[in-house]
Amino acid sequence: MIAEIGHLALWLALFAAAGQVFSGALGVTLRHGILMAAAPAFALTQAVCAALAFVMLALAFLRDDFSLAYVAANSNSLLPEFYKLAAVWGAHEGSFLLWILIMSLWTLAVAMDTRLPLIAFKTAMLVVMGALSCGFLLFSLLTSSPFDRLLPFSPVEGADLNPQLQDFGLIVHPPMLYLGYIGFSVAFAFAIASLWLRPPDAETLRWLRPWTNAAWCFLGLGIVLGSWWAYYELGWGGWWFWDAVENASLIPWLAGTALIHSLAVSEKRGFFGQWTLLLAILVFSFSLLGAFLVRSGVLISVHAFASDPERGLFMLIFLVVVVGSALLLYFFRFPPSIAGNYGLWSRETFLLTNNHLLAAAAGTVLLGTLFPLVYESLSGGRKLSVGPPYFNLTFLPLAGLLALALALGPLMRWSRTPVRIILRQVAWLTGISLTAGLLLPLLLSDAFNPSLMLTSALAFWIFGGLWMVIRHESFVRNPSASRVGMCLAHAGFVVCLIGVGFSSTLSQSKNVLLNSGQETTLAGYHFRFEGVVRQRGANYLADVGILKVSPPPLLGWFSRSAIDLRPEKRLYPVRGNVMTEAAISPGLWLDLYATLGSPVGEGWSMQLHYKPFIRWIWLGGVLMALGGLIPLFGRRYRRVARES
Amino acid sequence: MVKTKHWVPLLPVLVFVGIVLILGRSLHLENRDTLPSAMTGLPLPSLVLPSLSGGPVNTRELKGEVALLNIWATWCPTCLAEHQYLNQLTQDHDLPVYGVNYKDDPVKARAWLAELGNPYVLNLVDNGQLAVHLGVYGAPETFVLDAQGIIRYRHVGELNERVWSSRLGALVESLREEAGVR
Repeated sequence: MIAEIGHLALWLALFAAAGQVFSGALGVTLRHGILMAAAPAFALTQAVCAALAFVMLALAFLRDDFSLAYVAANSNSLLPEFYKLAAVWGAHEGSFLLWILIMSLWTLAVAMDTRLPLIAFKTAMLVVMGALSCGFLLFSLLTSSPFDRLLPFSPVEGADLNPQLQDFGLIVHPPMLYLGYIGFSVAFAFAIASLWLRPPDAETLRWLRPWTNAAWCFLGLGIVLGSWWAYYELGWGGWWFWDAVENASLIPWLAGTALIHSLAVSEKRGFFGQWTLLLAILVFSFSLLGAFLVRSGVLISVHAFASDPERGLFMLIFLVVVVGSALLLYFFRFPPSIAGNYGLWSRETFLLTNNHLLAAAAGTVLLGTLFPLVYESLSGGRKLSVGPPYFNLTFLPLAGLLALALALGPLMRWSRTPVRIILRQVAWLTGISLTAGLLLPLLLSDAFNPSLMLTSALAFWIFGGLWMVIRHESFVRNPSASRVGMCLAHAGFVVCLIGVGFSSTLSQSKNVLLNSGQETTLAGYHFRFEGVVRQRGANYLADVGILKVSPPPLLGWFSRSAIDLRPEKRLYPVRGNVMTEAAISPGLWLDLYATLGSPVGEGWSMQLHYKPFIRWIWLGGVLMALGGLIPLFGRRYRRVARES
Repeated sequence: MVKTKHWVPLLPVLVFVGIVLILGRSLHLENRDTLPSAMTGLPLPSLVLPSLSGGPVNTRELKGEVALLNIWATWCPTCLAEHQYLNQLTQDHDLPVYGVNYKDDPVKARAWLAELGNPYVLNLVDNGQLAVHLGVYGAPETFVLDAQGIIRYRHVGELNERVWSSRLGALVESLREEAGVR
């Protein structure tokens, strides 16, 4: 019964979404007040129905209704309740229901937002978002309904949730990502409504900015969660793999970052309007493309869902309709260009540079991700994979250039900055960054290390620039939420840069074979192996290695106090599985990380890792997201946009 | 000048059309689920593994007939869907299927077979030793073995009616003919 209610609710949501599209479109065309007012009501209905369907599926999980194919495949009566709930979005069908729910919630949020009193414009946005909902709902109902029954032979017990998914990081990861992906549909709908009705003015563009920021933050946090999970769970210390699905989330994030910046110019100065609208279309298109890549099975990835070509075909058609018609509309209603009147040394120039670099970065990642498919098509089915060497070679230089521009951009004035001032600032920054770039690496490493020097020089270049921004009188006089957020996000970029640069150059690891009582040294740290003890866990037997670690004597504040690392090798007798539990001692400055291998003669083989600054990567990501979030609470975006 | 400006916005459309063509083609490429396996053309690695029913089995013994080697686990949702098809397949085609119960709990696995039916001739219990040699990505995967026990084909993902009728069925038939001629 529960499943039938859920299924019915999904159909009702589809009718509501269709109602939203038709009443809205008719209302906008005829400028009919009541028809336009119906669209938000339909949006509310749709959200309620989607929520109902979601709750029904959750109930089916909690009640162990294994007559539902989806529940039977992804749950088990012995699974803890918390994981039963998480299993709702543990596989394709249910996660797509979550996708639908999130879409309807974003739609509802737009419908309820009273800061945009342009009724026709907002209704046009609701038409676009309703049409997207229709597509998603049809996809779910026709090809991947989570409410299909296994009748008449329903299993007594379910197959259990994939053990890898039974983890907190992985449970929050998809909802965050989806909030981001789908959040960009607001900007997409905004662009379509602008092309349809009227070019956007400063007031409406200002209205869009917090929406874009919010989506961008969620996406960023989702990416950080995924990367962090890979680090602690996969057990060999990697944090980014240039996997196709990771790339699929990185591309819209990069394009979204560009959009946030170009929106600033469009709102404040009225330039780049064409480009901003195109970006708004592209960011969401990349999100859809990502969803296609994950769910159609064209790419082989650790994330891929069990695939089915019918689904792939449906999604491809949907992609063609949505993105194709958006781009064609853009072509036919190409907004008039406003010649930007600004000097070379202006904030406009630097924001344009930012956009070029970010667009190039997104393009590079996109090319690397799709190239295996291109090759496969052209070579008649031969496979090829594009790996880290390509991405490091193309992506890292762009990130470096971005870092160079990033320090100067916020120091520039709109329109024109006196060269005298710039020269003085650049001289200061060069001084700071060269000094730091030469000195800091000496402190951290004894060998001559160019990439370390480059990273520290860039980091101090940006920190110096931020310092100047914060010290500047306009900031001191009015530290608005937008400015604080900007500085925080930029600081997050540096922190992330330091994390990536330092951890990749300074990390050390070694494989050793130690008898109990023996010692070894890694990066100055003494590891003394005390032997292995046998322990009994709740449902496993563990061999626990004990490593006493003492820090090098000379590093002072930078080093760690003496610790014990206890890597484990667990045998789960019921499952017959042997699992390796890495011992990670996390720290702001460095992680120490040990995994236990197998007994060899009298001793044990093990792997020791020294990973300085690795936490900075995620810390930076979180700071960037926070920086994007803070402006939402400022006064600036609370104002109602006036009809101009 | 004006004219060139007007055609610039067509560029995204063209790029998009290109991307769609590629995606569409990869969606319909015949061997979408095949990964090049370094093992194709080689015999199964020689390993002695326990079996679900009890005694140890040497993987080299899995020959004499054209057969499928199916990697599965009770924690794998797709395997549940695949299982019904395997039951039907073994009934319809008289084809031996060797199971490899991959990183699983033997108790659960036995219960699963008792409840859902057992299409397998035998089931090896593998915690990864065999799968590593075969380069297994995850469950389910299916390998086609010829009568000499040599791996001839690898299918990644669910085995179903569509996969059978488009590829595996014909391959198994031709391998059987080959074996018959010899």
